[in-house]
Amino acid sequence: MSILHESNGNASADQRIAETELLRFATAGSVDDGKSTLIGRLLHDAKSILADQLAHVKETSERRGDGELNLALLTDGLRAEREQGITIDVAYRSFQTDKRRFIIADCPGHEQYTRNMVTGASTADLALVLVDARNGLVRQSRRHAAISALLRTPHLVVAVNKMDLVDYDQAVFDAIVEDFRTWSAGLEFAEATFVPISALKGDNVVEPSTNMEWYDGPTLLHHLETVEIAGDKNLEDWRFPVQWVVRPQNDERHHDYRGYAGQIAAGVLTPGEQVVVLPSGRTTRLAGIDTLDGPLQEAFPPQSVTLLLEDDLDVSRGDLIARAGEASPPTVARELAATVCWMSDVPLKPGGRYALKHTTRAVRAVVDDVDWHLDVETLAREQNSHGLALNEIGHVRLRLSAPLVFDPYARNRETGSFILIDEASNDTVGAGLIAAPSA
Amino acid sequence: MTHELSHLDALEAEAIHIMREVAAELERPVLLFSGGKDSIVLLRLAEKAFRPARFPFPVMHVDTGHNFPEVIAFRDRLVDAIGERLIVASVQESIDRGRAVEESGPRASRNRLQTVTLLDAIEEHGFDAAFGGARRDEERARAKERIFSFRDDFGQWDPKAQRPELWQLYNGRVRKGEHVRVFPISNWTELDVWQYIERERLELPPIYFAHEREVFARDGMLYAASEFVELIDGEEVFTESVRYRTVGDMTCTGAVASTAATLEEVVAEIAATDLTERGQTRADDRVTEAAMEDRKREGYF
Repeated sequence: MSILHESNGNASADQRIAETELLRFATAGSVDDGKSTLIGRLLHDAKSILADQLAHVKETSERRGDGELNLALLTDGLRAEREQGITIDVAYRSFQTDKRRFIIADCPGHEQYTRNMVTGASTADLALVLVDARNGLVRQSRRHAAISALLRTPHLVVAVNKMDLVDYDQAVFDAIVEDFRTWSAGLEFAEATFVPISALKGDNVVEPSTNMEWYDGPTLLHHLETVEIAGDKNLEDWRFPVQWVVRPQNDERHHDYRGYAGQIAAGVLTPGEQVVVLPSGRTTRLAGIDTLDGPLQEAFPPQSVTLLLEDDLDVSRGDLIARAGEASPPTVARELAATVCWMSDVPLKPGGRYALKHTTRAVRAVVDDVDWHLDVETLAREQNSHGLALNEIGHVRLRLSAPLVFDPYARNRETGSFILIDEASNDTVGAGLIAAPSA
Repeated sequence: MTHELSHLDALEAEAIHIMREVAAELERPVLLFSGGKDSIVLLRLAEKAFRPARFPFPVMHVDTGHNFPEVIAFRDRLVDAIGERLIVASVQESIDRGRAVEESGPRASRNRLQTVTLLDAIEEHGFDAAFGGARRDEERARAKERIFSFRDDFGQWDPKAQRPELWQLYNGRVRKGEHVRVFPISNWTELDVWQYIERERLELPPIYFAHEREVFARDGMLYAASEFVELIDGEEVFTESVRYRTVGDMTCTGAVASTAATLEEVVAEIAATDLTERGQTRADDRVTEAAMEDRKREGYF
């Protein structure tokens, strides 16, 4: 029997729902700054809330005396959160419009803020920073923007919320934009956009506001739908961490098949090119790119594919396949320096030992030194004598039990990042961004 | 030439990556298969991740004994067609052995008993990872769950003690007796799943398409008349053209009135619906506001 479902062929192409591009963005904020209301508003006005969810929110809003429709309730997930009106952990929500499919990493800001923001920012294409128009640029907004810059989230949107409470005054908006630009002069973003909104009233979230004729930029949703993200990927280097070796056994047809499966971290891979397998340094030729749907003539990030090599080399999980003779080859080393965000109650200290997972390779790491830590609001370096406490970010030097093959985080998020794991509790306790080699 | 992936391609690449990580880092994974559309998508993703080799894990179905017979027949055909190994864990056996107690009355369901059978099977086979087809859009508690969802010795989920998931770096480390539930399609929506089924031309059990069925109305939903359900006074059985949006037990899965008989028609209906999948068809989530959260804490899928 066939596992294929035979189409009757009647549906015309334009009846199909088109496949669109995926944009992941991260928001952060505390209970009072309107983040939940904004997300609720986006989902509601983009028509991603269905009737039974809406009925549930209406009923709960009325029961709690919140007024007619408390959009923030759409995103409260767990019972403790509903009871206490807080958010416990990063939540991921999806919605889509005709133009794009979105995944929101919704990070609570009150507690564990740095850990949550770092987690949300690590996979985001765009950071949505909320500023309360009445309060201007407060700690929380600065911290979110700074962490997004550190994690190299390429795009930034500063949404100046609660414009309805400042009479939709352009001067208030302009002052916040100016303040932000001055403060963030040292941070790196590919692009930053400022939008004056009222999440509560819906101004400039999905529909253009009639209350702010002075603003001629895009609505928040329009910007999310159109911001150019295709150029954010590194297509120059070739980086392919080997994840899994595909070796069909007991199967005559594929007796000699040996494929290296993984997800492409950088580069547009094409068969025929000379490649190098690291850390061994052996070279061969890329013979083919295989998938269940047949061979590919080229493949690029973040595709998951299987590579076939011309020569029968000893390649295993944790190895990295790069193009031979690249101008910026990856570093192979048994020590590295990195910016580490600490996520455990038990501080990181010099001499501490952890498991380290980088791409598809796990090694052991010893902390040689903590050079400095960051003021998370300004990214200014501060002298360190105590190690890293929970939610602190600092510069750490590590020695490794075996070589890693890596790039600076600034060049490649995938081959420049790692996590640290406490081997006693098995918890993920740190997130690392590998530094560029010091000159 | 642009190098952009469509959202389905990006979601697929992510799911394949997750499955390979589990195969590489855990010793005894298992793929939980219900016969429903989400687990059918999981099987296709496993083929994409591991072919031309066989899956490095078996497929397991927790059979409540109250499944739709069409789904069981489909399960056996599909697993046979792709040449993989099927384990069936039976709720009836758990009841017979005294591990679980059958509910009684017209609203009796074996939904909750599945958890006992599942946890017993995980222990018996020594599984340290179990793939499931849960999605974050299904329900509010799911939105907070990690892709690698750590379970303790008792199979319990603690939402306050979840491991942060950074970049594509998953931490699947477990001690003996513990396991991780892994949800490769966490970030997919119901519409993504249907679009993918359409694109990949996946076969589904026939109950997903409009068919004539003997049903009765209860709590604003249509349920299949079957030997497993007692009617309450006043409930009458009638014939209606229906299809199912989710596949669970006959006792707690509602049908929707529909004439959508092809995949294209079903996808068009899903895209235009104004009700969520679980709100429209699952009695098991309606009992209390936090129904799913409670069951997850106990070790439910």
